[in-house]
Amino acid sequence: MKISDIFKNGIYKKNAILIMLLGMCPTLAVTTSLSNAIGMGVSVIAILTMSNILISTLRKIIPPAARIPAYIGIIAALVTIIEMLIHAYVPTLYVSLGIYLPLIVVNCIILERAESFASKNKILYAAFDGLAVGLGFTLALLLISAIRELLGTGALLGFTILPSATNMLIMILPPGAFLTLGIILGVMGHYANKKKEELENE
Amino acid sequence: MNNITFYFSLVFSGILIKNVLLSQFLGICPFLGVSKKTSSAIGMGISVTVVLVLASMVSYAFYYLVQVPFHLEFLRTISFIIIIASIVQLIEVLMKKYMRSMYESLGVYLPLITTNCAVLGIAIININNGYDFLGSILYALGSGLGFLLVIVLFSAIREKLELMDIPKAFKGLPIALITAAFMSLAFIGFGGIL
Repeated sequence: MKISDIFKNGIYKKNAILIMLLGMCPTLAVTTSLSNAIGMGVSVIAILTMSNILISTLRKIIPPAARIPAYIGIIAALVTIIEMLIHAYVPTLYVSLGIYLPLIVVNCIILERAESFASKNKILYAAFDGLAVGLGFTLALLLISAIRELLGTGALLGFTILPSATNMLIMILPPGAFLTLGIILGVMGHYANKKKEELENE
Repeated sequence: MNNITFYFSLVFSGILIKNVLLSQFLGICPFLGVSKKTSSAIGMGISVTVVLVLASMVSYAFYYLVQVPFHLEFLRTISFIIIIASIVQLIEVLMKKYMRSMYESLGVYLPLITTNCAVLGIAIININNGYDFLGSILYALGSGLGFLLVIVLFSAIREKLELMDIPKAFKGLPIALITAAFMSLAFIGFGGIL
């Protein structure tokens, strides 16, 4: 296995959000602004990398029958640590992520990586896989939140870009989340279909 | 009297205004995954409602009777997820033994609920907002009913969508998400009621 393949898979070939459709709750909920998306992305990268390392280290000790509770225990402990760190050092982010920060525990991406990758591979590969999948998750979050923040408030990270007449408040309200993700997936599907047809024609 | 209106508004806002799915984005995975057929959507909705109410009761009791007196509040997330997982397991075992027919129709949804963020989310919201015991139960009940309502409506729309002539690229999940956007838009309208 090559490390470059791990990164290719994690970042775009098997992107957690846009291809695998995992972890929808935080994707839709925290993408109201770019800064929230960055906070969420960085927290998930940290938790995913550490949980992959821990689970890969313990993969020969954890009995197969009790593996899911063990994984959830490890993930919950890591989430608690990150939650306390953010509460102490970045209180504004703690407030704006709110309930979605402890909810990283039930983010299916982390459990899926633990089950399908970290429990079967060496520590180094597991660490890179956590980093790659986390980066893919963060990039997708950044894409969605950039579209929503720009169209909804006309600004990116607080810098005004579009005139206020073009602001569509709906984009930063809940419907905007569903709409943005639906359209992104539709556009991606269109290009995937086109590519498939080209391959068939050749 | 004031108390009654407060409790009533908790149930009501759980169902319509602060709907778990459409305005709080909790439990989106089953919302998109188990909504292709109305029958399975009803099964999922009922299971989630039952687990939500039970999990809120037990987690409330555990938090205020064990964690607060011993200053273990920081273990909230870990303990709540363990409580939820055990409740789901317990319901599964009891249902298998005493309600065989119900187990056969709802059993498949139960393991999925452990990682449903709505259950953990509502348990944490109850504590964060400082609801009392009755308030927690009613808010969980309202949220569960709201989940049931929306997932059943959504699955009915999706069944019809299967027969529609949709652009090929938008078939399946993209059009489902856009449908959810319009449902969410409609639910914003309820915000003015209370």
